[in-house]
Amino acid sequence: MREIDAAIITERVRAACIEACTVLPRGVLEALKRARRIEESPTGRDILDQLIANAEIARFEHIPICQDTGLTLVFVELGQDAHITGGGLYDAINEGVRRGYDEGYLRKSIVRHPLDRANTGDNTPAVIHTEIVPGDGLRIIVAPKGGGSENMSAARMLKPSDGIEGVTRFVVDTVREAGSNPCPPLIVGVGLGGTIEKAAILSKKAILREVGKPSANPTDAKLEDDLLEAVNATGVGPAGLGGRVTALAVHVESYPCHIASLPVAVTLQCHAARHSSFGI
Amino acid sequence: MPELRLTTPLVESEIEKLNAGDRVLLSGVVYTARDAAHARLVELLRDGRPLPFDIAGQVIYYAGPTPAKPGQVIGSLGPTTSGRMDAYTPELLAAGLKGMIGKGERNQTVIDAIVRHKAVYFAATGGAGALLSKRVISCEVIAFPELGCEAVHRLEVRDFPLVVVNDSRGRDLYSESRTLSF
Repeated sequence: MREIDAAIITERVRAACIEACTVLPRGVLEALKRARRIEESPTGRDILDQLIANAEIARFEHIPICQDTGLTLVFVELGQDAHITGGGLYDAINEGVRRGYDEGYLRKSIVRHPLDRANTGDNTPAVIHTEIVPGDGLRIIVAPKGGGSENMSAARMLKPSDGIEGVTRFVVDTVREAGSNPCPPLIVGVGLGGTIEKAAILSKKAILREVGKPSANPTDAKLEDDLLEAVNATGVGPAGLGGRVTALAVHVESYPCHIASLPVAVTLQCHAARHSSFGI
Repeated sequence: MPELRLTTPLVESEIEKLNAGDRVLLSGVVYTARDAAHARLVELLRDGRPLPFDIAGQVIYYAGPTPAKPGQVIGSLGPTTSGRMDAYTPELLAAGLKGMIGKGERNQTVIDAIVRHKAVYFAATGGAGALLSKRVISCEVIAFPELGCEAVHRLEVRDFPLVVVNDSRGRDLYSESRTLSF
């Protein structure tokens, strides 16, 4: 049994919140530059130039990439032989979020109840997904998720007979109907299978993958290629102002499901695809 | 593509020259307001009470900044999704509002009100909040400070980069751009 001090988790989460909000992952920046090379719409090229310049200003001047510094989505992989000491794991994570959003001058965007809408004032609580894994380590991914793109995400329980065509139609319709709202060019996370909540969590995991890295599953990798082509044929384009590049990538994560079901969830991630991870 | 320069407050003769798709560099004063501030502004109008600023000819920017660090004018400041303000917009246009800055499609009621009141809706680039913050030269909270980032800020901007989405003749760049081929 290995002991991990909760205070260390708090400190690392604090730093990860600030880094994630100001430093765009290199893979995302490279994908924006590739998009700039292939985009044919003059307005679309102008938008991509702004986004590339924006990422550089944010990084060098420590200004948040986007004013919506998001709901703090936290993925935890906790080794079954690790023991958190000095406080609760979730309390430690939320304290790290509280400090990061305060000290990093990040926007506090969380309300305590969906109907009374009173701001919690410190961006807590985070939404935390935990998996127990072999070993005695702890790995945490902090992924601030903007409201504009999250609002356009969707889930649907398809029929098995809907098949690949049904999945494709649902993904493309979701992107097309979202239009400019989720800040394209997008990373489209598709969760396929499981149950409605499993598919949704898979779609979130999908957006965390390195941009454009294909799935290890050949069926999903083929689907990713086909979906990217279909999504980019919508013409939504950068900022929804028309163009070839509506998505930088489509990532699919799948899981077995019931004989009667074909769950599909689509998480739309804006081009500010922010995340920062660490291991202890 | 050439960029037009425009200064606030907006006057109808200049608004009429704008066409969907035009790229504009806007300078002058704009006011931030998002969901909570819109609810309050419209409540004031319905009660027949004065607004916290003279809205005639003015431009509202749908945005809630990150907090400014010491020495900064303002934090990151990109547009939020405009559609959430659609329910309030026609009343503000009727009260004299002439321009809106945001991102995302407006509903037909808003597009019709833009035509009726000779106004304009611009898109700023969503997610370019760091870049856009560099075009803000002053910032002051003038109403509803208790709303935090949702308070009304009076901003002075210089060469703020925008695209005309809905012009005063009812054109809509978002719907038009889908049908273009690139």
